[in-house]
Amino acid sequence: MSASASQLTTAQFCARLLRRQLVLAVRRPVEIGNPILFFAMVVALFPLGLGPAPGQLSGFAPGVLWIIALLSNLLTSDAVFRGDFDDGNLEQLLIAPQPLYLSVLAYIGAHWIITGLLLALVSPLFAVMLNLPAQAIWVLVGSLLLGTGTLSLLGCIGAALTVGLKRGGMLISLLILPLYMPVLIFGSAAVKAAVLGNPAGPYLAILGGMLCLAVALAPFAVAAGLRISIDA
Amino acid sequence: MWSFFHKLGSPPWLYKISGSILRWLLPITLVALAVGLTWGLLFTAPDFRQGNSYRIIYIHVPAAVVALAGYYIMAIAGAVSLIWKMKMADVAMKACAPIGAAFTFVALLTGAIWGKPTWGAWWVWDARITSMLVLLFLYLGVVALYEAFDNKEAASKACAVLSLVGMVNIPIIYKSVDWWYSLHQPASIKLTGGSTIDSSMLYPLFWMIASFYALFACAMMLNMRVEILQREARTGWVKRLALGGASRGAKS
Amino acid sequence: MSKQTPLLAAANLSLIRGGRQLFSGLSFEVAAGDLVQIEGCNGAGKTSLIRILAGLSRYGFEGEVRRSAAILYLGHHSAVKDMLSPRENLAWSVSGRGQYSIEEIDQALETVGLYGYEDVPSHALSAGQHRRVNLARLFLSDCPLWLLDEPFTAIDKAGVHSLEKLFVTHVRGGGAILLTSHQALALDYPVHSLALSTAEAVV
Repeated sequence: MSASASQLTTAQFCARLLRRQLVLAVRRPVEIGNPILFFAMVVALFPLGLGPAPGQLSGFAPGVLWIIALLSNLLTSDAVFRGDFDDGNLEQLLIAPQPLYLSVLAYIGAHWIITGLLLALVSPLFAVMLNLPAQAIWVLVGSLLLGTGTLSLLGCIGAALTVGLKRGGMLISLLILPLYMPVLIFGSAAVKAAVLGNPAGPYLAILGGMLCLAVALAPFAVAAGLRISIDA
Repeated sequence: MWSFFHKLGSPPWLYKISGSILRWLLPITLVALAVGLTWGLLFTAPDFRQGNSYRIIYIHVPAAVVALAGYYIMAIAGAVSLIWKMKMADVAMKACAPIGAAFTFVALLTGAIWGKPTWGAWWVWDARITSMLVLLFLYLGVVALYEAFDNKEAASKACAVLSLVGMVNIPIIYKSVDWWYSLHQPASIKLTGGSTIDSSMLYPLFWMIASFYALFACAMMLNMRVEILQREARTGWVKRLALGGASRGAKS
Repeated sequence: MSKQTPLLAAANLSLIRGGRQLFSGLSFEVAAGDLVQIEGCNGAGKTSLIRILAGLSRYGFEGEVRRSAAILYLGHHSAVKDMLSPRENLAWSVSGRGQYSIEEIDQALETVGLYGYEDVPSHALSAGQHRRVNLARLFLSDCPLWLLDEPFTAIDKAGVHSLEKLFVTHVRGGGAILLTSHQALALDYPVHSLALSTAEAVV
């Protein structure tokens, strides 16, 4: 009765997970569009709150753009495991004979692609709207590419720890925002350095270092968090 | 060695031993705090620049030191509970979080009070104060996560993971905030930088730091004892303890 | 019970939930060819037990579980993604075992009565059909040990009948099944019963 299935390697499995998550995201385009729309709207809030003077705006732009990127990342990370938790897929994932470290990395990677990567790609548009000088725009994109990776990894730790809770939304920000701070500091510092005409390379290198550390360690915390959440 | 470790995992034993430790540690701590405060507040020379306002360091610095150490104690207890599945490590970790948060809050509050005469503002985004604030957020995150779970066993494990994540991040956060501050404040007054502090002021400070550690230990043990009784409320030894206490109360 | 090495061995399992001892000192083995039904009233700990056996529950119980075979676990939730078709649900299953060709998957879906629904988005299917997509995993599986939590929920009579036939084929072929169900199984195969109450029953 049982089908003669060929053995599934871990690489194939992770690629399949990544593809599955991306297909799921593409089938709900609103969820891809929401973070970008959120980004656009909050960008519009700042001139309203701070005044439209271009000089002042460009001074605030690096920090503002980074804070919005951080918030939109935070708001989406809550949902990474929630769907699979609610419909029972997470149970199947946890007893799968595959290294959980790598499978959660596939989930996190998918989350980064549909939030961090997309945001980094559209960020020049918003940077122009906030009068960010042209020479800083590439540094903004680069810092967002590196930094949002770390944010996704950290955000998924919060998502994994709170996925079993009915009211996780606010809690996840309380858990994760303190951990986001170093990324915010160096991300906005990189852009500021570029605005002032200083080399941004060292800051990007530090962001890259943080990303490496997060890739190495965060999936363990995510895996442990999922195992605890499924048990609660 | 292993039998000691085993005993440490037994609630009745821990309850009994912590009771007998507290019986002498608590009075000693209170006396040490009183001595240290008197020494620091009354018998040290006033600072040549800050006058008497600097004396708040005898509370501020010990609270800050112990608050930071408390997070590591919590994270290590969390690691022990995750690795060896030791339930009493859960209890220790759970007891640490609110106490550590309280010490952090005291450090922040005294820092603000100290800031008013020195900087002329209640709150300054100084590197140390900002780091302390982040530490408070990290503590409150652990407390909030614990309270959010209905299943307290899962809550302990989740908090253990979170405090370990925090432990890895604290040095990174502290370094980042330090660096961020130095970037934005190139030449401001440096109060605690450099060890220009006179040794006659330093000895009472060390005394107070040691006393605050003892205070932390006392508070933690008291908190753990309550938690142990709550968790073990249905077991025989707690019932006997409650009955024994009641009959002794009736006799006296 | 057969003398060969068991696929699953539980030793001295005890569980306390909400201050109540659900079971204690529960020891049993499941070997190839065993079909075990876990019985007990609501709240007796059937689901908790099966989650412990599957390795989903790792804390809060005492005792030891030894698993020496690949496990297929089907729980209360159907593990079906609304935005994926039944075919995609099976092909991209997160359970991490086996790669199946479209023909194999379509055949399994046909067996559970979902012929013609392979490409329909799952949110257009009924609850019972979701369960059937989930049960199609049984027809694809090459795991010897099945842990099934209420597999008959929301399944119609014909579906129950074909499932029962599948169970017998699986255990005859050297597999083993541990399941919870409130209804009695109508099989011409010996069903062991593991009663969860105050007293433990050894299989």
